Amino acid sequence: MVIVALLWWSIWFFDATLRLVGGWRAMGRGVEAAIALLALAIPLTGARSVASAVRSQRFFDDGDVENARVAAADCREWSLYVVGLGTTTLILAFLFWFFGANDGKVREVLFNWQYPLDHFGNLATGFWVNVKISMVAEMIVLVWALLIAMMRRMPGRASAPIRWLAIAYTDMFRGIPALLVVYVVVFGVPLAKVPFLSSLQGDSQLFWSAVLALSLTYGAYVSEVYRAGLESIHWSQTAAARSLGLGHVQTLRYVVLPQAVRRIVPPLLNDFISLQKDTALVSVVGVLDIVNRASVLKGTYFNLSFVTGAAVFFLVVTVPLTRFTDYLIERDQRRMRAG
Amino acid sequence: MAQVATLEQDMASGGRFLVVDGVHKHFRGNSVLRGVSLVVDEHQVVCLIGASGSGKSTLLRCINALETVDAGEIRIEDERVSGRGVDVDWLRQEVGIVFQSFNLFPHMTVVDNVTLGPVKVLKVPKREAVDRAMVLLSRIGLEEKADDYPDRLSGGQQQRVAIVRALAMGPRVLLLDEITSALDPELVSDVLNIVRDLAEEGMTMLIATHEMGFAREVASKVCFLDAGIVAEEGPPQEMFSAPSHPRTQAFLRRIIEAGRL
Repeated sequence: MVIVALLWWSIWFFDATLRLVGGWRAMGRGVEAAIALLALAIPLTGARSVASAVRSQRFFDDGDVENARVAAADCREWSLYVVGLGTTTLILAFLFWFFGANDGKVREVLFNWQYPLDHFGNLATGFWVNVKISMVAEMIVLVWALLIAMMRRMPGRASAPIRWLAIAYTDMFRGIPALLVVYVVVFGVPLAKVPFLSSLQGDSQLFWSAVLALSLTYGAYVSEVYRAGLESIHWSQTAAARSLGLGHVQTLRYVVLPQAVRRIVPPLLNDFISLQKDTALVSVVGVLDIVNRASVLKGTYFNLSFVTGAAVFFLVVTVPLTRFTDYLIERDQRRMRAG
Repeated sequence: MAQVATLEQDMASGGRFLVVDGVHKHFRGNSVLRGVSLVVDEHQVVCLIGASGSGKSTLLRCINALETVDAGEIRIEDERVSGRGVDVDWLRQEVGIVFQSFNLFPHMTVVDNVTLGPVKVLKVPKREAVDRAMVLLSRIGLEEKADDYPDRLSGGQQQRVAIVRALAMGPRVLLLDEITSALDPELVSDVLNIVRDLAEEGMTMLIATHEMGFAREVASKVCFLDAGIVAEEGPPQEMFSAPSHPRTQAFLRRIIEAGRL
């Protein structure tokens, strides 16, 4: 009862907010209708639960324990529905209440999509920089990290120094905040006159330094992902491949790596999503990415909707990427199982 | 009368193909092989029997250079194939091995499993390798499974594919490492039938096994491995009916008690 009353109140409140701020009325109405429907569904499911309880008691009184048990199970199931629906609706209602809080101020300052939409081109140009940095860095990281992982797994006492080098690299770059690496690389390149990179001009120098910084950091993370993947393949697979006469590299190439890659796709994409998000770090050294542009616009219009708008840009890329990963894993498992 | 063979005796017999000469192998202070010596003649089937942990698998892995040898020597046709400076990739083309746990490559179809070695190592053209693989697969009645992934196959089918995979490399000797131990009892005979066929065709084989009935049937010679040495060896009739070494007697008594002979 309390829940239902709260819901109706939140709808009323939301409605009032909508009137205050104007715009997006159709969507607002839709949300209201959804909450109203849920508010109706809760007492209905509650009633079914209570009815089952009563029925169970009646069966029990008649000595029909079997049917009483069935009815009691119904009761439990329906009451779980009430809990599930009620909790979800309450949380949703709270979010919408927050949306309209302080006479619509929250909505106006954080979620006024008109602002980012008016400057869509500007933000999109910035986001393209983020996408470019992450894509180039990802390609570099894929190869670079594999190299590190292979160095770390080189067999025999003779390759120990190479292994130490790889370990030192991963330890160092996993231990340093990405932001510091970005600072050091981007400001250090022109100061130290690093060959090739410092010969690039302006934006291009900034871009490639940013790519280098993120590749260094993520190379360390991803090499550990590779290593875990390679080590997860049972040595008997290596034994089988070697027994056919395949060499160390061929075994890695045709037997160990293909199986390892399938296993590391999820953590790998996790790191890439992470990398995609960390491209925002390069804004602090003056790359005109989406974060930088949103921050300038925020200062100009004194409205944070640009920043939330930038967040939406990131979501548009990262969420489908996550779903795609899930799809790949599932497809692979199906194929391996069902031939 | 079965007795421990000395190398000198075997040398006289001629036709020696694979010679294991006083091989030692230890893992972190644990001695697994303590001077194993045995000889496999060409076209001979030698069965290694012995309790678990007696060193059968380790010996096979040493012959295939999957393990290094600490002391002693292994020779194939008088060429040293253990120790430093051996071309292991060449050795493994000559010596095929089939494992207890099949070890098929799960990310490849059956036919790809079989052709991987010939295509990548022997540089046989893919089409030719596939044709040969199909001939081998039809011999074991699995040509219809060629495009399936290994985990669609039963254990027995997988092990037959593993044998075919080893055969596709055209080895001159085949090492079989307890190849039926991981199989359900009703699947064992399918696999053993293939080994029997191979024996009849004159394939040289060294077989570590717990299938005493099978060993008795196909072996030209049986070696009883105990505590890292060949305690006794001889023709199967003698080994199984009148073993001379007390350890062999005890081992076979336990096997008989377990109803495995």
